[in-house]
Amino acid sequence: MSNRRIVPIGPYHPLQEEPEFFKLIVEGETVVDLEINLGYNHRGHEFVSPELTYDQIPFLVERICGICSNSHPLACVLAVEDCAGIKPPPRADYIRSIVHELERIHSHLLWVGLAGHFIGYNTVWMWAWRYREHVLELFEMITGNRNHYAMNKPGGVRRDIKAEQIPQILAVMDVVDQKVMMLTKAVLDDPVIRSRLEGVGVLTREQAIAYSVTGPTARPSGVDIDVRRDDPHCAYDKIPWSVIVFNEGDVLAKTKARMLEMCESTRIIRGCLKDLPDGPIETRVDEIPPGEGIGRTEAPRGEVFHYIRSDGTNRPLRHKVRAPSFMNIASNVVAVKGGSIADAALTLAAVDPCYCCTERMVAFEDGRVKLTGKDLLRLSWQKTERLRGRF
Amino acid sequence: MREAEAKLLQLIPTAEVYEHNARRLYIRIPRERITEAAKLLHRECGMRLAICTGIDTREGFEVLYHFSEDSTGIMYTLKVLAPKDDPRLESQAPWFPAADWIEREMHELLGIEFPGHPNLIPLLTSDTDWDKGKFPLRRDYERRNEAHEQ
Repeated sequence: MSNRRIVPIGPYHPLQEEPEFFKLIVEGETVVDLEINLGYNHRGHEFVSPELTYDQIPFLVERICGICSNSHPLACVLAVEDCAGIKPPPRADYIRSIVHELERIHSHLLWVGLAGHFIGYNTVWMWAWRYREHVLELFEMITGNRNHYAMNKPGGVRRDIKAEQIPQILAVMDVVDQKVMMLTKAVLDDPVIRSRLEGVGVLTREQAIAYSVTGPTARPSGVDIDVRRDDPHCAYDKIPWSVIVFNEGDVLAKTKARMLEMCESTRIIRGCLKDLPDGPIETRVDEIPPGEGIGRTEAPRGEVFHYIRSDGTNRPLRHKVRAPSFMNIASNVVAVKGGSIADAALTLAAVDPCYCCTERMVAFEDGRVKLTGKDLLRLSWQKTERLRGRF
Repeated sequence: MREAEAKLLQLIPTAEVYEHNARRLYIRIPRERITEAAKLLHRECGMRLAICTGIDTREGFEVLYHFSEDSTGIMYTLKVLAPKDDPRLESQAPWFPAADWIEREMHELLGIEFPGHPNLIPLLTSDTDWDKGKFPLRRDYERRNEAHEQ
C-alpha cells in the first residue's frame, strides 16, 4: 500500500508573501513529487496593455512586480526601441544601468534576508534588510520613490543623476561592499547555515537547460548565461564586470552567486559613475513604425522578456511579458524531489519567487482616523525632500 | 549566414527568414514542421526557449517560439500559423519541459489546442468561476462585462 501523503503549502501561508499553492507529495519525510498551482495573482497585464499608449505602458508593467519594478519597464522600452530602431543617448544608457544595478542589490539583499528567515536565522534577515534600507533611500533620492521608480521611457530616462548625488551613491556602495562581504563570510563560516544549505535542492545542469531557467537559478547550476553580457544593452558592454557561475546547483551555490553578484553590481555602478557621459538623457520619439521588437534584460531573478508588435498606431497590437519566475518556478518540481520536507520551503524560495512589498496603513486614535491618505502622502513627500536635503 | 540559420534552411528549405537587425531573426515555417525545427534549435544548436507568444491575427493564430542563442545573443523567433477553424499545434512539452507552462497558458487564453501535451489544464485562470469557453486574448472577446459594471 502506498505511503504517500499530501502536505499543502499555500495558497496563503505565513512563509509566502504571495499566493501560490504548492502541493508536496511526501513519503515519510521525503518529498517525492510536487504540484504547482498558480493564478491567484493573475491581473491580465497582457490584456490591458494593448489599450494603452507606448508612454503609459511602462507605468503599467512597472506594477507587475514591486521588486523588479525597473526590469519590466526597461525590457519594455528596449522592445519598443528595438521595434522602432531608436538609439537612446549614452547618458541615458548609463543611468539605466546604474538604476538597474541598484535594483539588483536591493533585491538580492531582500532574498538573503528571507532565506535567513526561512532557515530560522532571523539575525541574517535583520542585518540584510537593514543594509537594504540604505539602497532604498538612494532610490528615493534619485527617483523620488522607494519602489516604482518610473525612470524609463521610450528613447531615454525621465530623470537625471545630478553631480552632487554621485558622492552619496559612492558612499552607499562602500557600505554595501563592506557589509555584503561581512554577510558572505558570516554565512559561509557558520557551520549551521552551511549544513542547512549545502547539497539542498540541487538543480543539475541538464535540468536547468531542459527547463530553460535563467539568472541566479541557472548560473549556480553551471549554465553560463547572462543577458547583460550575451545581448549587450545599456552600458553593460562598456564597463568591466564578470558573470558569477558555480557548478554545484544547490541552495548554497545560489546564495553565494547572489552575494557575489551584489559585489559585481557595485563594480558596475562605480564604473558607470566614473565614465558617466555628458549630454541629453532622452531622444525625441515621433512614431513607432509597424513591426515587432524584442527587449530583454537581466532582472535580479533572471531574464525578463518583452515582445511588442506594432501596427503603426500609438498602441501595440500585442504585448507579451515573460517574467523570469515563469521559467524558474517550474524547475522547483525537480529541485524539491528527493529532499527532506524541512528543506522544501527553502528550496521553493531559492528561485526567489517574486512578490510585491507594497504596504498600506491607516492610523486610528480614539476611534477616529488619525492620518488620512493625503496626510500620509504629505509625510512621504516631506521625507523625500528631507533625504534630498540631507544627501 | 549564421550557422543555426543555415541548418534550419537545410532542414526546411521553404522557411522564410526576415532579419529585423543583426540580433533579431524571424523565421516563418509551416506548422507541421515546428517540432523538428524546435528540436534542431534546442538540441543541436544549444538554444534556450525564452517563451512563446500567441497572437490572434486576421489570418489565424500566429504562435511565435522565441529561442535565445546565448553564445551570440541572437534571438531566433520561429513563426507558425494555426488557422482559426483548426487551431492545433503539436505540443513540445513531452520532450521539452520549458514549453509545458506556456502551452497551457496559450491553451486557456487563446484557445489553441496542443495535441500530445501531458497535462493541458488551465494555468492562470480560476478552476472554479471562469467560463472555459472564453478566451480573453482573442480579438472577438467581449471586453465589457455588464455584470461587473452594475
